[in-house]
Amino acid sequence: MSLDPSFVGRTYPPTAPYQVGREKIREFATAVGATDPAHHDPEAARALGHPDVVAPPTFPVVVTMAASRQIVEDPALGVDYSRVVHGDQRFAYTRPVVAGDELVCVSTIEEVTTRGGHGFLTTRTDVSTVDGEPVVAVWSKIVVRGEA
Amino acid sequence: MELPTQTYRVTRADLVRYAGASGDFNRIHWSDRTATAVGLPGVIAHGMFTMALVGRAVAGWAGAPDAVVDFGVRFTRPVVVPDTDEGTEIEVSAVVKEVTEEGLTRLDITATCQGEKVLSQARALIRTTR
Repeated sequence: MSLDPSFVGRTYPPTAPYQVGREKIREFATAVGATDPAHHDPEAARALGHPDVVAPPTFPVVVTMAASRQIVEDPALGVDYSRVVHGDQRFAYTRPVVAGDELVCVSTIEEVTTRGGHGFLTTRTDVSTVDGEPVVAVWSKIVVRGEA
Repeated sequence: MELPTQTYRVTRADLVRYAGASGDFNRIHWSDRTATAVGLPGVIAHGMFTMALVGRAVAGWAGAPDAVVDFGVRFTRPVVVPDTDEGTEIEVSAVVKEVTEEGLTRLDITATCQGEKVLSQARALIRTTR
């Protein structure tokens, strides 16, 4: 499937703030088997210098989901979601996500290529607090498989 | 330096729990009918679930839940999870590549399932001192 390379550089409007809940972090940590007390017990997190329970490293995907949807469902870009495969994923943290954060995502399309009949789309999502403090940058590359 | 290999069992129940916790309800992670219809051998784990298990291993090696500074992977092969009590297993190992001038430790990570690599270019940068 070929994707329109003119989308490179396009930035989407900020998402509505995501309220990071203590129970959501606990639920996510439990689901991935992350048993460190800092994910579950606010006191343990405070002992490490955080204001509340700390999210495991891949938790930001929960926060960036709305931002990813903005792009994948952009009718102008025309991605066929049933053909999407996850290619790469990367997180660069300024600090860990903690309960109580109110996070906003701004996504930019960094790369659009077509190779061997498959489309490749790399997006960067900057996650920051509603006050503008950067928290984590998230890169995601998806592959839109061709009809071959 | 090689770090001790971590082994994680993955069952269908784990995928259901992860789907709920993450909000990723793609049917290929719970419906064999859908998975086989799109050419997969069967239900596969969420790539992000595999990455989360690797994140667990990294935090364990770092000895801290908040030590990861940079973490990236490429998903190269699906993790097929049969509908059995045993499910499957993911093995995660790593070598220390370098300690940077800022005192950060760079890890090169290998994740395998049934003896085959499921990730490539899996790397983490961790803080090993507070």
